[in-house]
Amino acid sequence: MDFDLSEEQTLLKDTVERWAADTYPTLEATIAARAEAAGFSASRWTELAELGVLGLPFAEADGGFGCGPVEIGLVMEAFGRRLAPEPFLAAIVLAGGALRLAANDAQREAILPAVIAGTSRAALAHGEARARYDLFDVATTATPTPSGGWRLDGRKTVVEHGGTADLLIVSARTSGARRDGDGVTLFLVPAGTPGLRVVPHTAHDGGRTAEISLDGVELPAEAVLGPIGGGVAIVERATEAAIAAVCAEAIGSMRALTDLTVEYLRTRKQFGVAIGSFQSLQHKAVDMFVALEQARSMALYAAMMVEAEDADERRSAISAAKVQINRSARFVGQTAVQLHGGIGMTMEYLGAHHFRRLAMIEIAFGDTAHHLRRVTLAGGLVKAS
Amino acid sequence: MDLRFTPEEIAFREEVRSFFLTEIPADIRTKVSEGRKLDHRDYITSQRILNAKGWAVPHWPVAWGGQDWTAVQRYIFMEELMQAAVPLPLQFNCFMVGPVIAQFGNEAQKQRFLPRIANLDDWWCQGFSEPGAGSDLASLKTRAVRKGDVYVVDGQKTWTTLGQYADWMFCLARTDPTAKKQAGISFLLIDMKTPGVTVRPIITIDGRHEVNEVFLDNVEVPVENLVGEENKGWDYAKFLLANERTGIARIGMSKERITRIKRLAPLTPAGEGTMWDDLDFRSRLAAVEIELKALEITQMRVVAAQATRDPTKPDPASSILKLRGSELQQATTELLLELAGPAALSGERIGDGLDDLDAPFAWADTAAPVYFNTRKVSIYGGSNEIQHNVIAKAILGL
Repeated sequence: MDFDLSEEQTLLKDTVERWAADTYPTLEATIAARAEAAGFSASRWTELAELGVLGLPFAEADGGFGCGPVEIGLVMEAFGRRLAPEPFLAAIVLAGGALRLAANDAQREAILPAVIAGTSRAALAHGEARARYDLFDVATTATPTPSGGWRLDGRKTVVEHGGTADLLIVSARTSGARRDGDGVTLFLVPAGTPGLRVVPHTAHDGGRTAEISLDGVELPAEAVLGPIGGGVAIVERATEAAIAAVCAEAIGSMRALTDLTVEYLRTRKQFGVAIGSFQSLQHKAVDMFVALEQARSMALYAAMMVEAEDADERRSAISAAKVQINRSARFVGQTAVQLHGGIGMTMEYLGAHHFRRLAMIEIAFGDTAHHLRRVTLAGGLVKAS
Repeated sequence: MDLRFTPEEIAFREEVRSFFLTEIPADIRTKVSEGRKLDHRDYITSQRILNAKGWAVPHWPVAWGGQDWTAVQRYIFMEELMQAAVPLPLQFNCFMVGPVIAQFGNEAQKQRFLPRIANLDDWWCQGFSEPGAGSDLASLKTRAVRKGDVYVVDGQKTWTTLGQYADWMFCLARTDPTAKKQAGISFLLIDMKTPGVTVRPIITIDGRHEVNEVFLDNVEVPVENLVGEENKGWDYAKFLLANERTGIARIGMSKERITRIKRLAPLTPAGEGTMWDDLDFRSRLAAVEIELKALEITQMRVVAAQATRDPTKPDPASSILKLRGSELQQATTELLLELAGPAALSGERIGDGLDDLDAPFAWADTAAPVYFNTRKVSIYGGSNEIQHNVIAKAILGL
């Protein structure tokens, strides 16, 4: 048992924290970056590539650094603290995760160097409206074409940063019924492929999403990513890595929000005294701190378990972590707004932006009810005997 | 960073687990698990088995019977002990007065008391709280006046847990009535057989006799039973309370109760099936398990940080353990009560017969008393409201 970071990890943490602090010293800096068409600045993405951040999770053989969930967590926590808008989660952890787990040698060679260099970005187009959070629920179809390729038809929803990705990883059913676990296959679909329509949206946390329709999208046989019919397992592992990452991001955001709130309690005066001298407000702030620390523990747990071999244990652990992060995020977010009073309700206030991001994190990759049900049906965490 | 135990730590866990399960009598562990009253002989039996192995006081200095264990090993030991439903070594002996004497007592006191404390040859009780001094402990009024070779002690102590069995009491008394609150308090060791000591039971909310009032009426205490310096008792008390708070999360105990709930639920008839088919119930249980897992890791973080901390100063992060640990203990007792259902209404059997009819609920008579009794855990050891104040001041700087 060891909670210490290695020298390399400490260096990475310092580097990323410094970059985020220098790049986003104020709320205005974040808002300015979000105002760009892509929702972030291309030059900043290049900076992250130059720092080596974009290559972290990829194998050294692929030009990456072979880092694991702890390093990803360090990056995400630093980003969360500063509300950095770069699509590291969507492009590198989630879509990059699918590539890392499933791409064959030719695909690795063709795709990963550009992803790591920041000149190409992928997005995972998996979710569908009826599926809610069930990863196996896929109605989009892929039918074989006479030329040995595939034709894709269907709709994908809330694809994070799908509008600016030049490569979409699309899941489609090659066999089975809509909610079967088997029979889903992943496909590499370059942006601009005929029949592909991508409609970008702004997201409530300042990010970007896209709605995607596939209408007779013709693909060659080489577009298949990973085993035929084995797509759900890949999406699940990539999603688990993304959940661990978003847990760490939430820690950064909750920590920033707790610090802001405590500072506000110290400085805001009413009735001639700092409002932090009122015990009812002190105890609320303490409850925020406790919620943050409990969430931090579960973010560490998620990072530790995301690569566990035992699938049942891994799934329960990741779901348990998401439940804790969601509950803490809701409590910390709501309490911060309440303790700030009116100013907490305004978009000119940094805390409000953390509140919005935390509310979106709660929903992303499964809400509290979804993940609590998974832990419940798995029989809980404490062994029965 | 690696949150897993090392192979050595896992081997250690297996060793202590197997010892608890094979060496501590099963009937004692069953009583603990089912929340039944322990005879004071049960505490003594269990602690002497541990002491014979050198494990009653592993956290003490090695010279006085402690083990040269890492913080992680000590943590594993306590968690396994609780999960095996072994009675905790008597807290007042092993975690309170023992460490204080080992740290601040003189050589004669160490020689005289420590081996007997470890072996539970002497049963100790705590004389801190008074009717007018609860969370505000420093407002205590019991007085000790030096007359020649003795202190004459007058006052009243309360909430004296298991004081009915005690041979000795460690006691805070005011030796300088003119000094301000915390100054002027001394730490005295009082033989319970001394004339003027009267123990009177307090029956608590669970209907049991666990705590007492202790009246001290012109009790003569030899000056050699003063620990450390006169008027410095508050420092020793703070040291003691810091010790009390580590491990106060009782995560192993909550886990043991959850394991028991999971064992009982599939055996507990409900509707067409059992309580294990009730997904509402299981969902509430799972929610508690998730919080408990989080707290377990929080506790491991506190334990890991101990390696680099001044051991005589309390870690304010341990207040989190007290807060959430007590709440989760209480939550598990509520789930057990819910599991028992209407069977929880009946207490002890008065007559004989009808054994076959109530068999699936034979365990249910203690569900309510355990729930009642566990309300104490958010009050003792510094109430949860006090813990909020500690975190607000020491960590948040409010």
